[in-house]
Amino acid sequence: MDFEDALDQFDPALGLEVHVELNTATKMFCGCANAFGAEPNTNTCPVCLGLPGSLPNINGKAVESAIRLGLALNCQIAPYSRMARKNYFYPDMTKNFQTSQYDEPICHDGYVDVEVDGETFRVEIERAHMEEDAGKSTHAGSTGRLQGSEYSLLDYNRAGVPLIEIVTKPVIGAGAKAPQVASAYVAHLRELVKALGISEARMERGNLRCDANVSIAPKGSHALGTRTETKNVNSLRSIERAVRFEIERQADVLADGGSVVQETRHFDESSGTTSPGRPKSDADDYRYFAEPDLLPIAPSPEWIEELRATLPEPPAERRARLQEAWGFTDIDFRSIVAAGALDLVDATVAAGAKPAHARKWWVSELARRANEAGVELDALAITPAQVAGVQRLVDEGVVTDKLARDVIDGVLAGEGEPQEVVEARGLVVVSDTGALSAAVDKVIEANPDVAEKIRGGKVQAAGALIGQIMKEMKGQADAAKVRELILEKLA
Amino acid sequence: MLHTLSASELGRMIAAGETTSVEVTRVFLDRIQQYNDTLNAFLHVDREGALEVAAAVDARLAAGEQLGPLAGVPIGVKDNFCTTDQPTTCGSRMLEGWVPPYDSTVVARLREAGLVIVGKTNMDEFAMGSSTETSAFGPTRNPWDTDRIPGGSGGGSAAAVAAHLVPIALGSDTGGSIRQPAAVTGTVGIKPTYGGVSRYGVVAMASSLDQPGPCARTAEDAALLHQVIGGYDPMDATSLHLDVDGLAEAARATSLEGLRVGIVEEFTGEGFEEGVQARFDEAVALLEELGATVTRVSCPAFHYSMAAYYLIQPAELSSNLARFDGMRYGLRSGDDGTRSAEEVMSASRGDGFGKEAKRRIIIGTYALSAGYADQYYGQAQKVRTLIARDFEAAFEQCDVLISPTTTTVAFRFGERSEDPVAMYMSDLCTTPSNLAGNASASFPIGLSEGLPVGLQVIAPVGEDVRLYRVGGAIEHALEARWGGALLEQAPELKQKGA
Amino acid sequence: MAVTPDDIARLAGLARLRLSEQECAELAPEIGVILESMRRVQEVAGDDVPLTTHAVPRTNVFRDDVVRPSLTPKEALSGAPASEDGRFRVPAILGED
Repeated sequence: MDFEDALDQFDPALGLEVHVELNTATKMFCGCANAFGAEPNTNTCPVCLGLPGSLPNINGKAVESAIRLGLALNCQIAPYSRMARKNYFYPDMTKNFQTSQYDEPICHDGYVDVEVDGETFRVEIERAHMEEDAGKSTHAGSTGRLQGSEYSLLDYNRAGVPLIEIVTKPVIGAGAKAPQVASAYVAHLRELVKALGISEARMERGNLRCDANVSIAPKGSHALGTRTETKNVNSLRSIERAVRFEIERQADVLADGGSVVQETRHFDESSGTTSPGRPKSDADDYRYFAEPDLLPIAPSPEWIEELRATLPEPPAERRARLQEAWGFTDIDFRSIVAAGALDLVDATVAAGAKPAHARKWWVSELARRANEAGVELDALAITPAQVAGVQRLVDEGVVTDKLARDVIDGVLAGEGEPQEVVEARGLVVVSDTGALSAAVDKVIEANPDVAEKIRGGKVQAAGALIGQIMKEMKGQADAAKVRELILEKLA
Repeated sequence: MLHTLSASELGRMIAAGETTSVEVTRVFLDRIQQYNDTLNAFLHVDREGALEVAAAVDARLAAGEQLGPLAGVPIGVKDNFCTTDQPTTCGSRMLEGWVPPYDSTVVARLREAGLVIVGKTNMDEFAMGSSTETSAFGPTRNPWDTDRIPGGSGGGSAAAVAAHLVPIALGSDTGGSIRQPAAVTGTVGIKPTYGGVSRYGVVAMASSLDQPGPCARTAEDAALLHQVIGGYDPMDATSLHLDVDGLAEAARATSLEGLRVGIVEEFTGEGFEEGVQARFDEAVALLEELGATVTRVSCPAFHYSMAAYYLIQPAELSSNLARFDGMRYGLRSGDDGTRSAEEVMSASRGDGFGKEAKRRIIIGTYALSAGYADQYYGQAQKVRTLIARDFEAAFEQCDVLISPTTTTVAFRFGERSEDPVAMYMSDLCTTPSNLAGNASASFPIGLSEGLPVGLQVIAPVGEDVRLYRVGGAIEHALEARWGGALLEQAPELKQKGA
Repeated sequence: MAVTPDDIARLAGLARLRLSEQECAELAPEIGVILESMRRVQEVAGDDVPLTTHAVPRTNVFRDDVVRPSLTPKEALSGAPASEDGRFRVPAILGED
């Protein structure tokens, strides 16, 4: 069933579980470095390896991050909360229990407002709790894939990295906008944790991971249907696609008289579809109990207020402020937010570029490249200061807009600062009138018809010649200057 | 006869140059060699390593370095303390041959203080038992009667100390694993206040109950060892900032003037062997002679202590023992290339754990499982609150509480091993202190039918010093009465095959 | 309290513990008896009694966020039944978490 038909018959409901990996220096319960990309098992110790006899110790900074995030999510901060053991067996979990929180999470009952196409949706937060990440397994052997593989290899560098899991209450009433609300919510969280400085928030690295619960119910029934949980949907676009797909799929199932199976599902990036994973069953008995090795967390009101004072400007207020300061229309400003470029544009403006120029580079040029490279915008190897520097070269007439793109290529390729790229690649605009004049003469000679038209007063025909001359000059000419020369010669 | 001297005397002599650590260590290593086949108190002995450490201590002392009072003294370490230079098996096939890549905090402190670790002592598998019969490497025998159990789980340490194979040893007490073996071997066993001695690197059984502590022949030796191993450790979040400096001094007490002693009513009379009760009554009279005032106090919730203990302890251990799955260390079973990780985990656990471990894992899993957690685990945690309240009320009237440590003297092998509930009764008197975190100890107070009887002394949280005062005073009085240490009355040990 | 061999098998599944049918059959009555004698905890302690999870109650014990030395990979892998390229080698993991 296509999306519109599905929405005609059913109301979707969402539940989003987002795991945020904190950027603390050390892990949640031990002093091992919390670092991405290290050699296997180099950031491990008796604690995160779960060796017999080892004991955990709570990272105070992680607690601080959790409280600050909770405050930014308008949550209540529990005056008393506990760590708990979630008992289940899995080889990437060294203790065969995950140290998490159960019935006493540190943050609960909050909300965030997200905007989709100018409409505001309130997403209510049920809880945000602290827990630890697991190690990473790779599957080795004949096929290199899970099925039919001969063995697995385990690296526990990530085991024990601090996580905050943020769980929403059911999001209902979004209707056709449900997929966008889901991605806007995650985009909002990403923006928030970055502004708080508590996570690198790079989805492609798994710093921010989303599980999307989707259910549908007959339109107007105000009921909640059976939900599926699509695991590890790890880009904003995928979240939107996965939610959309699940709504369509479940609508098909129900329309055919079937019933939705409560299960976890996997999202396939290439096909944009989800496939069934493990059914939820009674076997999921996690035997939670309060972690005896760790003491309860009881933040004082004073401490909470101290942390509240460190919160950054709320994103919505900040957006309103910036839009006004930059003078963008709603559409233009939203394009910045949607591209995840707000911080980058802000920093580029701060580095001296005009808002319109900063927007142009990030939202059109660089967003395209990030998309091509399959990375987040801020993962590109160019800084806001460098973008401002490129624009400065354009403003000063050193390069044309077109050449500026080459400069950006150079910066992204690691060739240095914009000025260095200009020099190394010889991208400076030719202002030597002699060379330019020769090129103009050559092209006029080759296009006598056009030249005649211009002589006859059809000045707009000059455009046809300009293109050829720019080509002759390999782009290193100032188009305005070329036009001036043509008109001068054919006056 | 160096081996009959106390650890404090040996330490003094080594420091004074009257003997050397190497000489002392060799004496004990020789005794281990002579008698360990009979007793099976040690699972591992590191003769060369011990002599190297002893020589290094001698060298430091010769160079004029000031070391602690136990420098150069040999010690046995229960096999659930991680040691980087010796295996740590916890008496289980699961960890056979496993050498940890790190030292437990307590072992690190022993090394810093110049103690000489001669070997690792036998124990019930993962500390689950009251007799050492669940050790995968065979039971330890009681030096008083080798047909009888040495107590458990720390039977190896207690037997080693009682047989003078080492002057002192380390134990860990979850429900009585230091005190009950001390009682049935005629030695001193201390369970410090929960948090008083770091648990870091001690393989956990039940995290909220486990507490490492000293095993010794005298109160003063136990106190000196407590002073070495005790005190705050940042690696253990439940560790307390407790001052341990005055413990040895307290153990030199000869008077109990002004001390208020409470007999726990629930732990006397019916159910206690006649001889045990008789020695206990004599000890009460002795306490009064020493100047203490003795009253009876009632702690009604203690009736439920055993039940609460045998739910909380298996619940926590079922989770603590989950990590033993054959993936990262320990036994891996059934990995023939056709089985999945999941199957191999299950097979490794099935093969690696003994019967009692399996029994407790199942009980613990049950007590925590959906639909039962509130009735079992939750209720047990409430009983824990009631026990703590009873203690609180009792300590308003008394400075210490006392009871027999056990209901009986050492029982025979096999007597309780087929009846889990009967075996669990061995911990009847000792579990309340673990549930409430109190400091608690067992001191020898005589014999019943030729076998030792222990007096349990319980002090409030953080008041471990009172245990030593009481233990020291009765020890001095009783030894004067007996004309020597109780252990001198033990029958001579036979060498196996001799 | 009747505990059946099937109950034991289910619990063993949760505990990822391979037990033979005979073990399940033996354990069932034993566990039943043990649980029966531990049921006493339900006789006392009403709803008004709070749970004690820690023997010595304290709060807010935190560690500073300062990096400490890790083990070397060699030490980390020293007990591993099998390893490869600095990682723990285990049989193929089939399930999902």
